[in-house]
Formats: sequence, C-alpha cells, structure tokens
Amino acid sequence: MNEAIIHVITVLGVLFVVLNIAAGLIWVERRLLALWQDRYGPNRVGPFGLLQVAADTVKLFFKEDWIPPFADKAVFVLAPAIVMLTALMSFTMIPVAPGIQISDLNIGLLFVLGMSSLGVYSVVLGGWASDNKYALLGGLRAAAQMLSYEVFMGLSLMGVVLLAGSFRLSAIVDAQRHMWFVVPQFLGFVLFMIAGVAETRRLPFDIPEAESELVAGFHSEYSGMKFGMFFVGEYVGVVLISVLITVLFFGGWLGPGLVPIAWFLIKVFAFIGLFILLRASLPRPRFDQLMSWGWKLMLPLALCNLVVTGAIVMATRR
Amino acid sequence: MQIVFYVAAAMAIFATLMMLTRLNAVHALLYLIVSLLAVSVVFFVIGAPFVAALEVIIYAGAIMVLFIFVVMLLNLGRKAIDQESTWLKPGMWAGPLILAAVLAAEVAFLAAHAAGPEIGGQVIGPRAVGIALYGPYLMGVELASFLLLGALVGAYHLGVRPRQKTVKEKDHGNRSDESGIAPSGDLVRAGADRPAGTS
Repeated sequence: MNEAIIHVITVLGVLFVVLNIAAGLIWVERRLLALWQDRYGPNRVGPFGLLQVAADTVKLFFKEDWIPPFADKAVFVLAPAIVMLTALMSFTMIPVAPGIQISDLNIGLLFVLGMSSLGVYSVVLGGWASDNKYALLGGLRAAAQMLSYEVFMGLSLMGVVLLAGSFRLSAIVDAQRHMWFVVPQFLGFVLFMIAGVAETRRLPFDIPEAESELVAGFHSEYSGMKFGMFFVGEYVGVVLISVLITVLFFGGWLGPGLVPIAWFLIKVFAFIGLFILLRASLPRPRFDQLMSWGWKLMLPLALCNLVVTGAIVMATRR
Repeated sequence: MQIVFYVAAAMAIFATLMMLTRLNAVHALLYLIVSLLAVSVVFFVIGAPFVAALEVIIYAGAIMVLFIFVVMLLNLGRKAIDQESTWLKPGMWAGPLILAAVLAAEVAFLAAHAAGPEIGGQVIGPRAVGIALYGPYLMGVELASFLLLGALVGAYHLGVRPRQKTVKEKDHGNRSDESGIAPSGDLVRAGADRPAGTS
C-alpha cells in the first residue's frame, strides 16, 4: 500500500515538474534569446517577466478554439494530443535519481525511441488534417525529416548500449560510474545531439514550420489551446532530449558532492541552454541539404561508430 | 495480466476490422496503427518485450509513417472516397470472408483441443533474442540481409537520376542525346516530360 502511494507521488511529481519546466522554458528561451540579441525580452509581467507564461496561458485559453470547416475534425483534434502524449510517456522510463523512476523496463531505451518515432504522427497528421497547402507541405517535410533522422538517432545510441550491455536506462547510468559515455562515445553524442535537435524540430531543423516560407507550417490552422499543445509539446521534447543526453552520455545523476537529483537537474539545464543557444546562432538549411546531410553523412558516420565500438567491445571483453 | 491480454487482443481485432472497412485512406491507416500498437501490447504481455518495442519502432513508427507520407503526397480527397465506396461493394467481402472463416475455424479447433502456452510465463529479454538470432537462426539473419541488400540496390536503381550534365558538356555533347531515347531502367527522370535537346 505504502509503495503504491510512493509510486503515485513519483508519477504526479515527474508530470508536474516536466510540464512546469517545459512551460517555464518559454520564458527562459525568450529571455535568453533577447540577452544574446542585445534586447530585453518579456520583462513586464511580474518580476523579471516571470509571469509571462501564465499570462500567455490565460490568453490561449480565452482565444477562439477554431476548427476550420474543411478540416478532418477527428484527426485535427487528435494531432496535438499525440505530441504531448508521446513525449510525456517517454519520461516514464527516465531515471532521475536512485529510486526516482516511474518504470524501469529492460527495454527502457527502446521504449523511448518507440515513443519518439510515434511522435511524428502529431506533426504529420496535423498537417494533413488541416487541409491547407502550407500545412500539408509542413507535414510532408516533417515526415521525411523525422524518418531520415530517426534512423541514425537509434544507431548513434547503440554504441552506448554496447558499452553498458543493456537497454535498461538505470543500468546505463550505473555503467558510467567510472567514465561518462561521452568520452568513448563522443561521435555518438554529437550524432545524437544533432538527431535530437531534428526530432524536436528546433531552429536549425525547423523545416516543417519554417515561418519565412510556410506561414507556420503544420500548425498554420491551429489556434487556442490546440496550438498551445504543439507549442508546449516542443518544449517537452527539448526537455526530453536534454534529459536523454544527460542519462546516456553524461552519467545521469552521478557526480561528486551534491545530491543526485541536483546533478541531474544541473546537467539537464546546461543542455537546455545549449539548445537555446543553437537556436540563437544557427541559420536554417535548405530542405534538400538537410536530407542529403542526414543520409549521406550522418548515417554512414553512425554506422562506422557502431562497427568500431562493436569491434573494440569484442576485443576487450575476451 | 490475462485481462490486459484479452483487452489488447480484442482491440487489435476491432481496429483491424475498422481499418478494412474505412473509405478514407488516412483513417484506415490510423486504425492500422492502433492495431499494431495493440499487437505490441499483446507481445509485451506474453513475455516478449523486445519484440513489442520493435513492433512499435519499426511497424507503427517507421513503416506506417511512410504509408501516410505516400497517401499525403497523393492528396486524395472527396473523389477518392467516392471511388472507394463504389469499389467496396458488399459482394467484394465474400471471398475474404470465406478465407477468414476457415482460419477462425482452425483457431477455434486448436483452442478446443490443444492447451496453448501460459500467458506471462517466461519473459524473453533483448539479450535472449540476440543470442537466438545470432546462434541457431544465423542463417535466417544472413538470408534476410541478402534480401534487404537486393531491395536496397533495386530501390537505388529505380530512384537514381541520370548524371546532370555541366554547361560545357551541354554545349558540345548534346547531339548524341537528341535521339531522346531514355536509357533503360530510369523510371524517374528529372525533366523527362520536356522535349529532348531543346537547349
């Protein structure tokens, strides 16, 4: 009984923290971007503009939640739910600290990869259901981009799995007691980072929504809280990728001195900051550049990384 | 665990039936995705978590995205649905129904006569699957890789474009190209609909 209560508290706690960090990131990102672009950013609502997110949320709730008459209604409503659902489901496998983990399946990493591959549907179906040519183009781009980047995203992680000898995420963290996997798997880390940015559709890879060419891409027709779901879902994705990088390559909660959860949060926020800095500094590539880069450069590199890691693991385990 | 199994199995059957009877291609694909996810839950419950994960990643997450991608490219609208409804007459169902009935009878016979394996008995993890694949079933893995390599080469052959000529080559060497006969095998050729040799 006691265990069940602790379990429920963990679930609600993780949900609460993730959603709040994701929403809070909207403010953090706008302030940081402003800092790097030499302006103020939102600083009017509350101290330092901290309540900006609350104001935005209230505004979104009172906006007209419009479904275009030409849209496919059921799919149109379903699409924004998928993005939140799949991203939040992935957090069930994340080992935050010893004992703070909702579920520790022996296929944890595969589960996360599976959820991220299902997340594509939100964008694709949102673009299709809107029945608008810009949205459709955005959806098409999203489908092609996600498919090509998912392939080497999975492959880039297999080196980590080889070294740890398990798909279980807590076991992967435990295997990094002596050395973080970023050292032997630096190439894997770089590849995963790039694939992660592409998975979350963040700026260098925000081809599906490319405001300057496609209005707003796949969510052109969305308004009110449905748009809010896409918006916050993107930040949940950013948190998820930062968390995964921390767990898989930077030793999760491991670290000297501080309590485990503090180390975990410090590392995660460092990567979130890096994500925002990427957005502030990189231009958007053309779509064909993105695709050929993914298939012709990243995929062979990921395969090489896997083969070399496998050979070294084979040679040293004997 | 038994209840989870039966609910997931019932969902898989229901979603597949819905998939077969939908007229809108994307709706049909969505039901197929639900069906695949339900099958994945079934795999998980009967003790094959690795297969369950692969079912989600490969079938629901990759292959179905490609299907939806193609359907989106075709941009089917109201007309396609009308056409589909004229094709899907009740008479069409007779053949598949007979075949399905034979299978259902077989399943019923087996269920009545032989006791199947217990649900949630032995859990087979990723390690055991790997050892089995690269041990006794190594030959199967190798044959599958032959097949995939063949498919890859074939897809490349169909998708490759003839080499783009540089400006210099176009000026001097387009005489031989004027016959307008495409080299065999390139079904997808950029600008193939333009008359040849108009430069």
